[in-house]
Amino acid sequence: MGLEQKLGNMGVVTMSAEKAINWARSNAIWPMLFGLACCAIEMMSTQASNYDMSRFGMELMRASPRQSDLMIVAGRVSRKMAPVLRNLYDQMPEPKWVISMGDCASCGGVFNNYAVVQGVDEIVPVDVYVAGCPPRPEALIDGILKLQDKIKKEPLAKWQ
Amino acid sequence: MEQPLPSTNIGASVLAALGESVSDTRVFRDEVTLFVVKEHVSEVLQYLRDVEKFDMLTDETCVDYLPREPRFGIIYQLYSMPRNIRVRVKVMLSENDRSIQSAYPVYRSANWLEREIYDLFGIMFVGHPDLRRIMMPPGWEGHPLLKEHPVKVEEVAFSFNRERVMADKPRAQE
Amino acid sequence: MSVAEPRFHIEESPKNVVSAADTQLDITFDQLKKLVTPRALTGDTMLLNMGPQHPSTHGVLRLLLELDGETVLSCIPDIGFLHTGIEKTAESKTYTKAIVVTDRIDYLAPMICNLAYVGAVEKLVGVDVPLRAQYIRVILSELTRMNSHLVWLGTHALDIGAMSMFLYTFRERELLLDIFELVSGTRMMSSYFRVGGLWRDAPDSFADAVRRVLKVFPARLLEYENLLKENPLWRERTIGIGVISKEDAVAYGMTGPSLRGSGVNYDVRKAAPYSSYDHFDFSVPLGAHGDVYDRYRCRMEEFYQSLKIIEQALDKLPPGPVITDDRKIAPPPKHEIAYSMESLIHHFKLWTEGFRAPEGEVYHAVESGKGEFGVYISSDGGPRPRRVHFRAPSLCNLQALPQMSKGYLIADIVGIVGSVDIVLGEVDR
Repeated sequence: MGLEQKLGNMGVVTMSAEKAINWARSNAIWPMLFGLACCAIEMMSTQASNYDMSRFGMELMRASPRQSDLMIVAGRVSRKMAPVLRNLYDQMPEPKWVISMGDCASCGGVFNNYAVVQGVDEIVPVDVYVAGCPPRPEALIDGILKLQDKIKKEPLAKWQ
Repeated sequence: MEQPLPSTNIGASVLAALGESVSDTRVFRDEVTLFVVKEHVSEVLQYLRDVEKFDMLTDETCVDYLPREPRFGIIYQLYSMPRNIRVRVKVMLSENDRSIQSAYPVYRSANWLEREIYDLFGIMFVGHPDLRRIMMPPGWEGHPLLKEHPVKVEEVAFSFNRERVMADKPRAQE
Repeated sequence: MSVAEPRFHIEESPKNVVSAADTQLDITFDQLKKLVTPRALTGDTMLLNMGPQHPSTHGVLRLLLELDGETVLSCIPDIGFLHTGIEKTAESKTYTKAIVVTDRIDYLAPMICNLAYVGAVEKLVGVDVPLRAQYIRVILSELTRMNSHLVWLGTHALDIGAMSMFLYTFRERELLLDIFELVSGTRMMSSYFRVGGLWRDAPDSFADAVRRVLKVFPARLLEYENLLKENPLWRERTIGIGVISKEDAVAYGMTGPSLRGSGVNYDVRKAAPYSSYDHFDFSVPLGAHGDVYDRYRCRMEEFYQSLKIIEQALDKLPPGPVITDDRKIAPPPKHEIAYSMESLIHHFKLWTEGFRAPEGEVYHAVESGKGEFGVYISSDGGPRPRRVHFRAPSLCNLQALPQMSKGYLIADIVGIVGSVDIVLGEVDR
């Protein structure tokens, strides 16, 4: 009573470990439940009924950085929040990725002033930038798909 | 609910009662501003709350009139729920003496509003129970909403200066 | 070009990592002693940090809780993690350009923030708004209020454990966002209101889209009521929790549904009607006990009142212009620029310099989804304000949190924070 009886003999599927692991990783990303400002509301929309991020294997938002491997920086990062953000990033287990969602997180946006970090890439390394103020859910999903492509191409040597 | 009274109605009785505590009044766009002498601000607020029934301090803020002297204006927006009128109390502070009596003993809502003014303008509130920074991080130096503090912190990168700006920009490490 | 003044580096460490010491509360031992009970100092009670990264603090709020077992003895909120310097940025922009930053204050109700700001500027320069523009403003403000309440309901219920509410409310929210997109082109940060009127007239399909909301919503609201109103779990978690008395609520400067939950009848729409709110018939729902459940009921009733206002405004929507014809304030229509030299000059002046406002100061308040949203503008007579200050209802409402949470269990804190309906963008600005 196994899979073979239903499908017939599947034989042997061969693929490189790199490809198999990357495939698994890219389709089971656990984002961190972490919102900052306006973009967080659009991020919530992306998870909610109409856009449904779980179609891309990302429905499991984790509130703890220890359990997540993607940080979506959704919103402006203030100087006071910056150390907290870096702390959270450091607590995430490897491999980890960062999406900078929205203009404020990517470059400061309209807030070129004393309080806002001019681009979250000053604090954490960013993999994908999503433009928009705030980006539409479609834009965030596109950013996520881009990230999945990127993960699939990651070489084995980088994992260590 | 009855028709809102024009807030100019408050003038006469208050002025008579407060005497020389009120140095000046101004009406602009139907809004009354009482200029109050710095030393008497607590008594004036107490009077307005208890006698004139201004039971809510909706807002408290500060304005930096930089080239002018006195330089700072502390603004109290009072609202009277039973009478449905508003009044603005204004206290001018000089550049060299940036301290004033706290409104917290009279209006509890002044707590965080005064902490915000202290944080952003550096005005000291005497008698405030918990005066510490509220918006900016602990190690921050200076008071960002003062006029001498620059608005922009980063030069905007265009094609002609992009390389110079980007070379200066800090980058995060893994 | 001026070179940027002092840059504020995160820290001079090789990895650019900031040490954990920097994230400590900005509080000395002496200050802490005043905020907690003496038992905390002997180690009798526990100090627990909650946030800023916590799923149920609605953003980046940090609470320092002193606990005796599970009972909260004192609660010290630490805010500022989303401080954006909006007031400073607004000082450097012309009156028209600063509309854009007001969207980002209360990002759940951006149109109401726009309305407060343009209302203040209109008061300052003394310009009248055409009736059609006022009515469309009312319709959009009420839709925005519903939008704000929908997000509140979804997240508040999610915090207490009713996850399906979140999915339902965000489904309905898309209907409203579609309308905002229809009129302004964006879902959230619309900046649709301009000084003197609106950016442009609402498209023809606007009325149909709003009618659809009016048709769909009553049934959906009934769904929400069926899920929560009589739900024993919900009632258990909300009734008698987070009680604040009338007197305390007023003393802390609370406004909006959080104040009305305590039974104080104060609504800026009634007390000082702006934008023709006095043309419409609606009532202000009031609570009695000032607990989480009453605040929840107030907001739920406001949905129905909003629908009522929208329906009246839509029925009475007059034809006509949507922006003032004062060319010193509002730009001339595009076609006029082609043949009128004067229009061209006005257009050029407006987009290069902006209009000048008379010297003076005004305070204009509107009723946002959270409470009285006020804008104070001090003008020096130039095209840029000397000072813009936003009176954030969330800030004053959150101030009362220590009072509200004293004596309840730590699990109730999430319910109380949710019931106050804070949005951190507005608290910190």
